[in-house]
Amino acid sequence: MNDIYNQPDARGHFGQFGGIFVAETLMAALEELRVEYDKARNDPAFMAEYYSDLKHYVGRPSPLYHAKRLSEEVGGAQIYLKREDLNHTGAHKVNNTIGQALLARRMGKKRVIAETGAGQHGVASATVAARFGLECVVYMGAEDVKRQSPNVYRMKLLGATVVPVESGTKTLKDAMNEAMRDWVTNVDTTYYIIGTAAGPHPYPMLVRDFQCIIGEECKLQAQEQIGRQPDAVLACVGGGSNAIGIFHPYIGVPGVRLIGVEAGGFGVETGKHAAPLTSAAKPGVLHGQRSNLMQDENGQVIETHSISAGLDYPGVGPEHCYLNEIGRAEYVAANDDEALLAFHDLCRLEGIIPALESSHALAYAKKLAKTMRPDQVIVVNLSGRGDKDIPTIAKLDGIEL
Amino acid sequence: MLISDGTMSRIQTTFSRLQAAGRKALIPYVTAGDPRPGITVELMHALVKGGADIIELGVPFSDPMADGPVIQLAAERALAHGVSLRNVLEMVAEFRQTNTETPVVLMGYANPIEAMGYPVFSAAAVAAGVDGVLTVDLPPEEARERVAVLKAHGLDPVFLLAPTTPVSRLAAVAELASGYVYYVSLKGVTGAATLDVDSVATKLAELRQHINLPIGVGFGIRDAQSAQAIASVADAIIIGSRIVQEVEAGEAGLTERVSAFLSGIRAAIDMARA
Repeated sequence: MNDIYNQPDARGHFGQFGGIFVAETLMAALEELRVEYDKARNDPAFMAEYYSDLKHYVGRPSPLYHAKRLSEEVGGAQIYLKREDLNHTGAHKVNNTIGQALLARRMGKKRVIAETGAGQHGVASATVAARFGLECVVYMGAEDVKRQSPNVYRMKLLGATVVPVESGTKTLKDAMNEAMRDWVTNVDTTYYIIGTAAGPHPYPMLVRDFQCIIGEECKLQAQEQIGRQPDAVLACVGGGSNAIGIFHPYIGVPGVRLIGVEAGGFGVETGKHAAPLTSAAKPGVLHGQRSNLMQDENGQVIETHSISAGLDYPGVGPEHCYLNEIGRAEYVAANDDEALLAFHDLCRLEGIIPALESSHALAYAKKLAKTMRPDQVIVVNLSGRGDKDIPTIAKLDGIEL
Repeated sequence: MLISDGTMSRIQTTFSRLQAAGRKALIPYVTAGDPRPGITVELMHALVKGGADIIELGVPFSDPMADGPVIQLAAERALAHGVSLRNVLEMVAEFRQTNTETPVVLMGYANPIEAMGYPVFSAAAVAAGVDGVLTVDLPPEEARERVAVLKAHGLDPVFLLAPTTPVSRLAAVAELASGYVYYVSLKGVTGAATLDVDSVATKLAELRQHINLPIGVGFGIRDAQSAQAIASVADAIIIGSRIVQEVEAGEAGLTERVSAFLSGIRAAIDMARA
């Protein structure tokens, strides 16, 4: 499959998905980014600095950890965790922000902007901005500012300006609208660090490339620790950057199921969810790309629901839409309550507090493991740690912190 | 563009007439359904009374990425009434019952049209009396097949050009656009503040070497003074946020206020004859 899988095309299309759907003002900036990224990824010095930062600043490689007690309690397949939660800043997001900050510096931009949902990408952007001496403005939905307050304070400590976005549904999609408005206004001086493998070309491709380190490491570690590749690789999917990062190196590896777990919210059947692929939402155009999109019959984007701010997004990265369409990856959903149970399981059985986003992948891993044999292996991309979610969890448990 | 029977489109006729008279086109924008669906047709007639040559009618969208706060809120007010693309077409059809002269250009985002599908949309738009379609987030690179459907139905696809547009992109726009092109006078969202007439003039001279269509200029035109300055270099001036602010101010005397405001702009740009 490696031979035939060569996505996206020159204009950013993954089959019928992806592309560039932005206002004219941004077209030149996207072209500049495409050209510059193309040079950078073929520049050994650039890549060497990226890998060096991943090692010495982020702390890579992240471990591949056998969650023995969880596997035992669930019964069935062995569950391994790719520990992106152990990265500096506590999630996979930093793999991408390091790469994009290096690009911003290379392009001579002194100011970076970012959108954030759960705050993980905002923190990862603020972090690299501090390190590279760049001004940083983070747009965050006002609703998310409330539910992710620890991350808001972290960004401020790191010197970033956090702008609460009051328009629309006050969540991730509105933060992205506002970041786009900033970019269109300050396009000469500003680099927009998109946090997920979505948006106009070349973002889905370059974010994927910067996140592929996850899957590349995992392949080496699995060979070393298990002597073979896993039977299934699971990851949560909002925009889908952690998932594409671990999936992509496996696309050409036969026998490895790739399963993306979307946010089922109150249940896909209730309509209150953030699972465009699982619910087979019609393709639509939002935020510069064509993807499966949660929308009403008139093409208005509808409000999504998830307990996890990082998955609360109506679209999904175009490459996931493509992998879904060609059947190379499968997409399922885990509901809020299932994710919460999995969250508590991992705390209790493994001493690891996972992010609510990653807990969705864990929840489905529990279901899937039961249907498999003990000599089979599931790898779950544990995309982030759950410290930021502690206020949310405590509130659900009726505890005042 | 030329309709299949060889007659000129309403947009083309309008520009020819103005050009013959040495006048510039005045193109106001309102968001359809703002603040309520029942007032839009009346407002369109008020725009014509105030001197509008072409009307840009905004199709409300849930995620108006290229718009500033004024037009964002207008879209939210319209969407609170559930205004859909089909409703907007009904409004145009009602407007056409008493006005068959003034071209109407729908301005909005890609997804509502995507959801309806281009062939269905194009047929319905022509039946309603729509003349042109400006899709903010549909650059020429993605537009080719979609625009072919619009043109096959006799609709003029209007494209945006920006201060950041390099000369290398103009050939694609020139090939696909018809009716007029819309030059976004500044980097930013709709309703942004400052406008530099000299840099607009320089850019328009460059654009005219590649594009043989009337050029309208919008974003940042707020009053008679800025309208007159831009009218001295452009073929049309486009005013959006400033009119939407009148709508925002409430329905009391709205049509009179809008007509009066536009009349002032009209007088100013008529003094700026080339």
